[in-house]
Amino acid sequence: MDHATFIFFISTAIKIAIFTFVLILPIIAYSTYAERRVSSIIQDRVGPNRVGIPLTLFGCKKDIPFSGLLQPLADGLKGLLKEDLVPAHVRKFFFWIAPALTAAPAFLTLCVIPFGSSISLFGEDIKLVIADIDAGPLFVFAIASLSVYGITIAGWASNNKYSFLGGVRSCAQMISYEIALGLSIIPVLMVFGQLNLSDIVQAQADGGWTLLPLWNAHGSVLDRSYWENAGEQWLLLIPLTISFVIFTTSIFAETNRMPFDLPECETELVGGYHTEYSSMKFALFFLGEYAAMIVGSAIIVTLFFGGWSAGFGLDTAIANMAWGSFKLGGLIHLGIFLAKVIAFVIFFIWVRWTVPRFRYDQLMKLGWVVFFELALVNIFITAGIIMMMN
Amino acid sequence: MNSTDYQAPDTAARAHDGLKSAQAGHAPDYQAETEDLLGEKMVLNMGPSHPATHGVLRLVLELDGEVVTKCDPDVGYLHRGDEKIAENMHYNQFVPYTDRLDYLAPLANNVAYTCAVEKLMGWELPPRGEAVRVICCELARIASHMLGVGVCAMDVGAMTVFLYTFTEREKTYNLCEQLTGARFTTSYTRVGGLVRDLPDGFIGNLETFLDECSKSIDEISKLLDRNKIYLTRMCDVGTISAKDAISWGLTGPNLRGSGVTRDLRKDNPYLGYENYDFDIPIGENGDSYDRYLIRMEEMRQSIRIIRQVLASLPDGPVNIADSKNMLPAKDKVLTSMEELIHHFIVATQGIEAPAGEVYFGAENPKGELGFYINSKGGGVPHRMKIRSPSFVNLSILAHMIPGHMISDVPAILGSLDFVMGECDR
Repeated sequence: MDHATFIFFISTAIKIAIFTFVLILPIIAYSTYAERRVSSIIQDRVGPNRVGIPLTLFGCKKDIPFSGLLQPLADGLKGLLKEDLVPAHVRKFFFWIAPALTAAPAFLTLCVIPFGSSISLFGEDIKLVIADIDAGPLFVFAIASLSVYGITIAGWASNNKYSFLGGVRSCAQMISYEIALGLSIIPVLMVFGQLNLSDIVQAQADGGWTLLPLWNAHGSVLDRSYWENAGEQWLLLIPLTISFVIFTTSIFAETNRMPFDLPECETELVGGYHTEYSSMKFALFFLGEYAAMIVGSAIIVTLFFGGWSAGFGLDTAIANMAWGSFKLGGLIHLGIFLAKVIAFVIFFIWVRWTVPRFRYDQLMKLGWVVFFELALVNIFITAGIIMMMN
Repeated sequence: MNSTDYQAPDTAARAHDGLKSAQAGHAPDYQAETEDLLGEKMVLNMGPSHPATHGVLRLVLELDGEVVTKCDPDVGYLHRGDEKIAENMHYNQFVPYTDRLDYLAPLANNVAYTCAVEKLMGWELPPRGEAVRVICCELARIASHMLGVGVCAMDVGAMTVFLYTFTEREKTYNLCEQLTGARFTTSYTRVGGLVRDLPDGFIGNLETFLDECSKSIDEISKLLDRNKIYLTRMCDVGTISAKDAISWGLTGPNLRGSGVTRDLRKDNPYLGYENYDFDIPIGENGDSYDRYLIRMEEMRQSIRIIRQVLASLPDGPVNIADSKNMLPAKDKVLTSMEELIHHFIVATQGIEAPAGEVYFGAENPKGELGFYINSKGGGVPHRMKIRSPSFVNLSILAHMIPGHMISDVPAILGSLDFVMGECDR
């Protein structure tokens, strides 16, 4: 094994460990906390604000409530400690494998998402993406559509009519919206001309975010030279905005979030596919849903809001910030990326607690009649604009 | 009403079929297999414990895909035999049982029941007693409709609205607590009057509440009235024609939603409702959305009525001056022989009701709550029948749910706004 391969394996292993266990899992845990706190703000309630450091266990007089920031830990602990009830009427093998099938794909898709530009340690340049492959979005869709198996199998294996209906709905819904999802990002890919997510973000850092073209290679909006070259960018904003709306809505459907949470709507299907699940198996479904939501937000940010880039031509300066021989500007980019993702996660939560739920047939109609056609037409509009400009 | 297309379910034949299959040793066959595999239907048992059935209603739904082809409502899981219980207790002792009929509007039930007994006795309340009872009724209407609207919104997925309405309803409970000493089981009325007059400071609190409540109602309107998803979920769902509504005996907002102007407060005024100025909202299409709009408007009208009552609240006693049949004031019982004897007799033997029969229907939040009392004289009714609006309103389910999708079932149930405590009584 030569030196480069060795460095590649080591750095990839470290990146997987850090991104998954240090970044994404805590974000998932705290997005459940955010969900509960944001919903309570929206609904005029208090929400979980008690679970902190239990000093009373160690003989102190008072606990430190910490505004409930340790609630996710308590929830996780509860998930592990509760009785794992497997009803007698389920198909055991599928019942066991379904939660894993739901949670795993969401984590897998993370590997192509660029978390930051790159850092330089001990003379080695390390890109802050686990797998820098040239088919990023395709990989994401390929893996993300696998998660439907988990939900469908869960519904089927539960041997319960409500779960079954939830599983069937989920299957139909995900397949329908995947088409709109795939078609809606084609305009973006046409504009950038490539499928490598790292390069797409780099292009946005240099030439303006997809939905915020306030600067380009010739300067920012304040410069005259910007306006001489900005016509195409502003005209392309029309199809790209349509893309963004379709894509974001489809992500809602893809992650089974309100207003498209038909597979698990508690008022008619009593929880849908996860009705029969308890303890950690149930928690895995939850984990999968939130992971999917975070991946969805990450992809939206990557494709439409410049990924890790700070924008306004600041990115080269940030990337070159160094501490001795270590270039650590990539970490700042990482922070910017996470901040954007968290903003989108809060947007997801906000929507969930604001709108009612669609009916199954209305959802299908929206997917097939509105979004599918709109996304198709949008591709031609984009193509027309690009052709006109060239 | 001369209806030709109404077909009552043939209960006799159904019972006969059930008996035959039971004798043959197998349960009624819901899931009869057809030759065509794709034509096979699924039977889904919704309830009695299901989040959308608001209590213990059970629906046996036959599904063709997501479409309901048959609906078989099954009530009675909360049956307590209230009517039989009433035959064994004095008229005043039954008041706490009325709390548990429509437990979302206990004050209105108290009033309806005591009005029925007073009709039997031939009593007329003093003006202040009537006015306070009107306040009770309308407060109960606001509380009940708040919950009805909120729960209906939650059933179609708008959880936040539910919590907003719940906050408002909580305030009505604070008022109930101040008024009656209990938040839920109020038992505020007695035959011939009330337990006590309005407490000090109640009127001020009530006025504050009315101001806050009308603001909240507007806020909820803004959230739902033109919400695109809410409209698609509620419009043209669970449509009841005026003819059907009358044929099935619907009352309350469900009847008015179908465009029939019938409100006992206007048509058959009691408690001096004729003195107050208020409108009866009616719907156009009779769908779930119309019923929602009517509940919202009725809350506004209730606020209007309470404001008028407060503006013209007469002074004087709240109870009738019949010392032989009303419990005397406590201070007099402890000091005077005459009153002590009356207290003893009323408390042990009940009020002396004349023989006869009487029916009184009141416009409750859910519809017409009627009490039929058959008396042979003495302190207890010989027979009492409660005409509960929820029971009658639910009877239309088997007729209206088939043809809708399964997601519409919660929307329809929510918009019918029933309470199983009253339905099963």
